[in-house]
Amino acid sequence: MGNKQTIFTAQQLDAYQDCTYFTRKEILRLFYRYRDLAPQLVPLDYTKQPDVKLPYELIGSMPELKDNPFRQRIAEVFSEDGQGNMTLDDFLDMFSVLSEMAPRDLKAYYAFKIYDFNNDDFLCKSDLEKTLNKLTRNELTEEEVRMVCEKVIDEADLDNDGRLSLEDFQHMIVRAPDFLSTFHIRI
Amino acid sequence: MARSVNFDLNHPLIEYGLESPADEEGVHDSFNQLIAEQSQNEEMFDTFDQGPLGRRELDKEHQDFVYTSSPPHTFREREPDRGEYELEEYGEQTDPLIPERWSSDTLKILSSMPSRTIGRNRGAIISQYCNKTLQLRRRRQSKPADRVFSRSSRPSIRAYDLEADTTDSESRDLTKQDQLVNNLQNLSASDRERMLRGMPLCLTVKKKLRELASQKEKQTRSSSRINCCSHFKLCIIKSWYTWSSFIHSRQMWKVPLKRVSGRFGTGVLSYFLFLKTLLFFNVFLFLVMGTFLVLPQAVYPPEVPANRRSFSGLELLTGAGYFSDTVMYYGYYCNYTLHRNYNSSTQAWSTVKLPSYNMPLAYFFTIGMAFFITCIILVYSMSKSFGQSFRIDKSYSILAIKTFCSWDFRVIKKNSIKLLSENICTQLKELLGELKPKHGRNPWLERLRRLMVHCLAWLMCVAVTTGCVIGIYYFSDYMHIENQKQGAAQEASLLALPVLVSLINLLLPGLFNFAAWVEDYISPSVRTYVGLSRNLMLKVSVLGVLCYHWLGRIATDGTDYIKCWESFVGQELYRFLIVDFIFTLLDTLFGELLWRLFSDKILKRQRKPEFDIAKNVLDLIYGQTLAWLGVLFSPLLPAVQILKLLLLFYIKMSSVMMNCQAPRRPYRVSQMTTIFITLLCFPSFLGSSVCVTYAMWSIKPSESCGPFRRLQTMLKAGKQWMKQLAEENASLSPLASAHAYLVENPLFLFVGAGIFLIVIYFHSQVLDGQRKIITLLQEHIKNEGEDKKFLITRLQSIHEQKRPSARKLTNQDSTELQEDKPQFSNYYGSSTSG
Repeated sequence: MGNKQTIFTAQQLDAYQDCTYFTRKEILRLFYRYRDLAPQLVPLDYTKQPDVKLPYELIGSMPELKDNPFRQRIAEVFSEDGQGNMTLDDFLDMFSVLSEMAPRDLKAYYAFKIYDFNNDDFLCKSDLEKTLNKLTRNELTEEEVRMVCEKVIDEADLDNDGRLSLEDFQHMIVRAPDFLSTFHIRI
Repeated sequence: MARSVNFDLNHPLIEYGLESPADEEGVHDSFNQLIAEQSQNEEMFDTFDQGPLGRRELDKEHQDFVYTSSPPHTFREREPDRGEYELEEYGEQTDPLIPERWSSDTLKILSSMPSRTIGRNRGAIISQYCNKTLQLRRRRQSKPADRVFSRSSRPSIRAYDLEADTTDSESRDLTKQDQLVNNLQNLSASDRERMLRGMPLCLTVKKKLRELASQKEKQTRSSSRINCCSHFKLCIIKSWYTWSSFIHSRQMWKVPLKRVSGRFGTGVLSYFLFLKTLLFFNVFLFLVMGTFLVLPQAVYPPEVPANRRSFSGLELLTGAGYFSDTVMYYGYYCNYTLHRNYNSSTQAWSTVKLPSYNMPLAYFFTIGMAFFITCIILVYSMSKSFGQSFRIDKSYSILAIKTFCSWDFRVIKKNSIKLLSENICTQLKELLGELKPKHGRNPWLERLRRLMVHCLAWLMCVAVTTGCVIGIYYFSDYMHIENQKQGAAQEASLLALPVLVSLINLLLPGLFNFAAWVEDYISPSVRTYVGLSRNLMLKVSVLGVLCYHWLGRIATDGTDYIKCWESFVGQELYRFLIVDFIFTLLDTLFGELLWRLFSDKILKRQRKPEFDIAKNVLDLIYGQTLAWLGVLFSPLLPAVQILKLLLLFYIKMSSVMMNCQAPRRPYRVSQMTTIFITLLCFPSFLGSSVCVTYAMWSIKPSESCGPFRRLQTMLKAGKQWMKQLAEENASLSPLASAHAYLVENPLFLFVGAGIFLIVIYFHSQVLDGQRKIITLLQEHIKNEGEDKKFLITRLQSIHEQKRPSARKLTNQDSTELQEDKPQFSNYYGSSTSG
């Protein structure tokens, strides 16, 4: 667009633009947000692709994620090492999936991974219990949590194996029109 | 917050760049073969006796139990972890079958089932997308497919179908990746971008794929000629992308909207987004009107009448006075072709020849075109919104959806998050309460009582609405007669009718809320719908009686004291808009600010007033209806509406941030947004376009003003033009006769409507058929699940039958095994307690 920025090469920006749902301006804005978390760690020159990883504590302190009960899972799902420490690529990927323009299937896939606390690719009872406790801040009683989990598996489990696979989850998401608008973080 | 989550070191995400956890080729042999294999193994084992070889066998079983994908991999405790899970679950569900743990081979099979490997690791995702891109490519190239690819997402089986040769999984992954790159490269640019963006892989991998795809593309491009068509298409696509990204980046009001959504969630945000949508509609209308009507008329001002009044402050409220003889109203526009302008200072027509512009025709076509385009945009956005929220299958998974989709990730503020958690907790408790069987004292009596209360409330609401509407009718009649008696309309008394209507619009919804509170609906969504329908009924009837007053009374017998009824109606609508705005301000002031101060200081409650989204959106729709009604009579009315919406945005935003709290009742955003767009399209836009069409079709325009003076109806302008064209140019006469036969013939409309209805019926039948198919497929999936369980248990039982000797060994060395595997119980324990 004529503005001289030396953070990324033109090819890098093109690549980011093609692989995420962001425009150039937004990518640069996100880069500055990323850098603001730790200005001393993140260099201003990404043309040589430096290997910089911000620890989870910094990511979790962002205002958009600070009080979200699922922030740790979000960071873990999108980080390469699975611990929540994110490179710039992970950061862009995370906000791209959580942006308005990401399609439902992509969001459903990542939502599934976020709610899958034990990473066994199924949403089993313990995953559901943890999700409920995080949603309600442990306000529901044990009995209620158990009943809700049973009912949820009953409703959504199609092949009757007692837990939700990715297909079951996606099938349920298709029937929830609000999902696209609630699974969205504006940055 | 559980920061101390147990992570196994060999997390699958760590090994994102590595291959799938199981040898996929081993999986797809039929079960018979596997059982045959196992029976061979059993025979071999049976020949061994105990001792060191027995020990080795135990080691082998130990090793099998701790199954790893391939020798080079480090120790991964994932498999037995899952296996233990499997054991526990199947143990619970199929009691008589499994008393102990599964054998290693069963676990091996279970862990490498296709459903386990779908979409979880890079290899499987690449396979899946390889096939998706292949399908897309074939579809685009419209070649008949060699094989029918099933739509199921089981990449491993299909991968096996595609290539049976490669046995090494790593090279297989590379081949898959090459295939994917090849497919990507053969897609069009937009398809490729869409595929790349939609892949659930990490960004680094996507960048690499993109690079590979574009590298190859460069190679192939240099060798082949670029089709000029595709090049042109590429240019168009690129320019469209830059334009849409430009529009997107210039998002209006991004920061305030983010603040609102951060604090109040998606529900309140939808009100502001709706306001933004209305603003864009009005901007469009204003641009069209301004370019085609206001600008030409302003450039060629007509002769100014002698009794033009000077500007006094009251004009801003009443719209009359100085404004009546400006471009603002219909009456100012000329009914001839403009080709010279009148100089008011010299009081003479200038002699300069300027390009001519047929004003009546321009007026007619501009209004028609504006309404037509608005209709198309509305219907399109309504169908898009409807498509997102309408689901054809009847099964509900309310609780599941509430668990997984109700968390609003947009909410950022701590207090709002707390409130959201409480809301979700309450909703879950309510849903659970509904599940429990109800023990009413006497359900029939209870239901009868509720029915009585509902009937009474409805009766009261309808009666009050009817009363108010009749009141408006008689009051407007009274004002009309008064004005006729006096011979002219008084300036300030013109405001009486708008004030009355706005007062009714303000007070009656409060009454409806009170009635709903008395009725005490169980389900909050029913309460919302009932409130919405009552408000809608009120507004529709009020607008109906006003339209009758303007088009039925003033247009036909108001000509005694009103020289130009169209301008008068335009002024009325202007007044209504302004007064509505003033009353909205007052309502915000009293309803929100003062109420909050009152409850804070005097009642000393912590709860702030809630922002009533439905009522506010209906007010917006009402204002927009007025604007659409008035466009014909006052071309600058969209500008007034734009100003009003801009001011409203900022006022409402600050009021909401200062005075309100997030709604406590659940609000289904997507459904409500669809309803609002539908309401905007059907009662609002349809009603106003019907009124405008009626005005153009049947009412005689005034004699002394406007572009259609001295014509029978406004439509005659178009017909005249047609006739003129036909006379001037003989070759266009078929067009004129076609116009006469088609557009004016009612049979054509009947036939058109009939075809439309047939198409709708056909689609509804298709939907019914799809519903049936969905239930059948669900049955099918359930049966497949049962089959799976059955096969696994049979496999296990066969395995156990074939190895009775091994039992003795396991019993003897069970203690040793226990010692050897403390870490399994640890993991087992950790996985269940989580």
